Amino acid sequence: MKYETVIGLEVHVELATESKIFCSCSAHSFGAEPNSHVCPACCGMPGMLPVVNRRVVDFGMKAGMMLNCDINRVTTFDKKSYYYPDLPGAYQTTQWFAPVAVNGRVDIETSAGKKSVRIKQIHMEEDAGKLVHDISEGTTHVDFNRTSVPLIEIVSQPDLSSAEEVEAYLVRLRTLLRYAKVAECEMAHGTMRCDVNLSVRPAGSDVLGVRTEMKNMNSIEAIKRAIEFETARHIDALENGTEVLVQETRRWDDAKGKSYAMRNKETAGDYRYFPDPNVMPVVIDDAWYEAIQNSVPEFPEVKREKYIALGLTEYDAERISESIMLCECFEEASEACGNPKEVVNWITSDVMRILNAKKMTYEMLNLDNQALGKLISLTGDGKISRANSKKILSAMFDDRSIDPEAYAEANDMLIGEQNDDMILDVVKKVIEADPKSVNDFKNGKEKALMALFGKCMKELKGNCDPQQLKVILLECING
Amino acid sequence: MTISRLTIHELHELLVKKEISAVELTREHLDRIQKLDGDVKAYITVTDQLALEQAKAVDAKISAGESIGTLAGIPMAVKDNLCTKGINTTCASKMLDGFQPQYSATVVHKLQAENAILLGKANMDEFAMGSTTENSAFFATKNPWNADCVPGGSSGGSAAAVAADLAVYSLGSDTGGSIRQPASFCGIVGLKPTYGAVSRFGLIAFASSLDQIGPLAKDVTDTALILNAITGYDKQDSTSAKYDYPDYTKALTGDVKGLRIGLPKEYLGEGIDPEVEAQVRAAAAKLEELGAVVEECSLPYTRYAMPAYYLIAPAEASSNLGRYDGVRYGLRVQAKDVVDMFCDTRKQGFGAEVKRRIMLGTYALSSGYYDAYYLKALKVRNLIKQDYDQAFAKYDCLIAPTAPTTALHKGQNQDPLALYKGDICTIPSNLAGIPALSLPYGLDKNQMPIGVQLLGKAFAEPTLLQVAYALEQNTTLTRLKPNQGKGL
Amino acid sequence: MISKEVVEKVAKLSRLNLDEAEIALYAEQLSQILDTMEGLQQIDTDGVVPLAHVLPIENVFREDDVGQCFRQEEVLANAPEQSDGMFQVPKIV
Repeated sequence: MKYETVIGLEVHVELATESKIFCSCSAHSFGAEPNSHVCPACCGMPGMLPVVNRRVVDFGMKAGMMLNCDINRVTTFDKKSYYYPDLPGAYQTTQWFAPVAVNGRVDIETSAGKKSVRIKQIHMEEDAGKLVHDISEGTTHVDFNRTSVPLIEIVSQPDLSSAEEVEAYLVRLRTLLRYAKVAECEMAHGTMRCDVNLSVRPAGSDVLGVRTEMKNMNSIEAIKRAIEFETARHIDALENGTEVLVQETRRWDDAKGKSYAMRNKETAGDYRYFPDPNVMPVVIDDAWYEAIQNSVPEFPEVKREKYIALGLTEYDAERISESIMLCECFEEASEACGNPKEVVNWITSDVMRILNAKKMTYEMLNLDNQALGKLISLTGDGKISRANSKKILSAMFDDRSIDPEAYAEANDMLIGEQNDDMILDVVKKVIEADPKSVNDFKNGKEKALMALFGKCMKELKGNCDPQQLKVILLECING
Repeated sequence: MTISRLTIHELHELLVKKEISAVELTREHLDRIQKLDGDVKAYITVTDQLALEQAKAVDAKISAGESIGTLAGIPMAVKDNLCTKGINTTCASKMLDGFQPQYSATVVHKLQAENAILLGKANMDEFAMGSTTENSAFFATKNPWNADCVPGGSSGGSAAAVAADLAVYSLGSDTGGSIRQPASFCGIVGLKPTYGAVSRFGLIAFASSLDQIGPLAKDVTDTALILNAITGYDKQDSTSAKYDYPDYTKALTGDVKGLRIGLPKEYLGEGIDPEVEAQVRAAAAKLEELGAVVEECSLPYTRYAMPAYYLIAPAEASSNLGRYDGVRYGLRVQAKDVVDMFCDTRKQGFGAEVKRRIMLGTYALSSGYYDAYYLKALKVRNLIKQDYDQAFAKYDCLIAPTAPTTALHKGQNQDPLALYKGDICTIPSNLAGIPALSLPYGLDKNQMPIGVQLLGKAFAEPTLLQVAYALEQNTTLTRLKPNQGKGL
Repeated sequence: MISKEVVEKVAKLSRLNLDEAEIALYAEQLSQILDTMEGLQQIDTDGVVPLAHVLPIENVFREDDVGQCFRQEEVLANAPEQSDGMFQVPKIV
């Protein structure tokens, strides 16, 4: 029999705010000492009260808009109760009754074609702490640094049917949320996490099979492996009766390539949601809604088409539109220098080369894009040599405040228009010192000219328009 | 004249005139605590060293010619559910025995800024759950009027301390009557302010949507003075109200001419001790005599307040008390795995009433019951609030009993439901978030004080103070002192 | 009427270890208390908005500014058991 897999995803994304959702502790504790980003509020001390970080709501709304959701104009926070040592108040503040965004859609494309994945809802909530097991036998240790870091949970409808589609969906989510600059979405850092709800049924059936939930996948590759394993396990159970499928939560062990049933928490499922009396309702008026809507960027496809219209190749347009940081760099630098094609050459060569060398992702790009445009202009106008412009770009990566023209001037890299005489002096000196090369060139050795040219350039410290130097050099040799 | 009997405003004058020093005043109270609190048991912790240091600082200010605020140098007590930095804050629970917060409640900061003298932390029903202070995990507090009676609760220690002159005033918290009912039982003034008027930051939560901090004092003027110090917006409490808080002493005019006062019939009759009802009617008559217009009125949903409250408050409490799990602070009962550690810690750390309410609240929120219980209760809460809205469209103030009876005898009520019913007069105002004041008004045949309650719309504390002050100025029934021979 | 089984389930949800006598007592008391709650069901609350917050306050926020955290030793000051800069609990089975 033919089977089809039905998959819905719950994706948790850490929002890229500076501080936590309900207190002012730093939200960035990656690699920090345990319990060093903690205050009485986020470790559940008695008498403490939450105050909502406004930017969390901004980001929640913006994420909702990126995923084509309706924004709930009145959105509220609720308490979800369960006991676990990493949950300081024995409740998580989340959104149950009126989440910030509902009824969305994410469009994906795979080898099977285009597809819309419906988004059920996006809700804002706080993260839990971290547990460290077996530092000493029979113990667990708790670190509350991550507690109360803001999250959104993006809940899809069960519209996905393969590992490939899941990958496309996750990549698309990541691109869109990065475009909106609301989240890092780096699975390796735990800033994007994904639970997979999966069931299998005979192809064409409209009855859903037994659903299992899988947790603990740390990369998209692991998610794909887990889906493939779990699908096969379900089909095997249906086909051969190898086991009876039960609705349960399973843990993926990537090293073993298998999923395992997690011990059922005795009382799991009864979370006793109720409105949090300490957090007031959030009411989004038109002005706020519109301000966020105005901050929503164009989608990648729109940018790509625009770039192609500007004369970029499809390949380059695709590469640039992959990241909002590259888009901004391209657009702002083009605006400053008026030469988009030259900008894209710079980005795809020099900029990407430096990023690579520094092991930086596109998202970490932090250039002054206008300054980059200026540098490109100066180089194009022959005011800075190509070799020196690379040095300046490198410096601009390290210091965002560098103005390329001022920097070139301060470092003797600016090519002045009045220095024909100076070039002539240098050329004469070089020719005098190397008659052999002059003769070699006169006897037809083209390479000899390059050697002379190089020596002149070195003497001039690169501060000269190569074309101009070549003209003067030839004039001198030929008398 | 015994200085410990005096009020804030009387003592302030003596301090300013240098007829007494803050240290003398503080010593006097510490001596009384030393001598009498072994019997009364109003205090869980006495902060004598700190109190004397604070008093010295005030005296230094006075002798340096600096002007001082009215609360400066006046010794007081705070309920032990208000966090005090570096000082034991136990909620009268084994769960928090020895717990020293590293922060103070906003109200504690505010009083410290006024140079108030902290004598210590007052006994209470565990986690503010109860109406007798017999639910304290440490010891029961006695009623200074009659050692065989309870002081009321849950702020029983705060009330007894003031009634027995072991503090000039105190702070309590009121979730369903926990300031007003003990004030009534102990013959002093108690006020539950409008929800949001006093920051709850640093108040260890019982039921967050109902809890409110307020004063217990010897007279109405003192109540206004304390209110001046503790009300105000606090950005650390999201439920704190941005409001132009007035000078409450301006309300103390003594004039009630033309004020419209409602006498809701649901607070009288069945279930109310006839002697209590008689005093409420007497107070109403007195106000009429002073020129107010008094009318009987009706708040039809009043009878549903008790069931709604005993769903909402325990539900919130079941969540608020989840944090006591033995992981980060407080009691830990060791066990082989973490779930057993949670369950055993909570078994041993909580008393019977706290467990009962956690069970009740958990049940009301659990799947399958939420709509029938919790959600229904929230809707009824709205109806109760609407009752008040309609009443306050017609009346400036309502007058009612504070409690159905005067102080109960110790151990009199083992039946939780019967005790819950004792809260019927105070609960509705917590559900509606409105201010309510309990004023002593005479004694019953057993020489125990009777409390009359005044209720107003949100932020109408000045009206309540105005009416209470008029009664205070025009009768001798409000300034009651326990018969020292019998009580102590 | 609340059965002992329900009391046991609620106790588990509440992470309260109850003995037999407590279970029996709470079954009886909770039944009595909940009986009195039944009166609420008689009220017509159709169209009544549940009142979760009594004051009409909305949109209370702080700005996204990083403030002072506690030092690790302050965080751990009241810990019943700690090591390696963390709270220590028995193993999760």
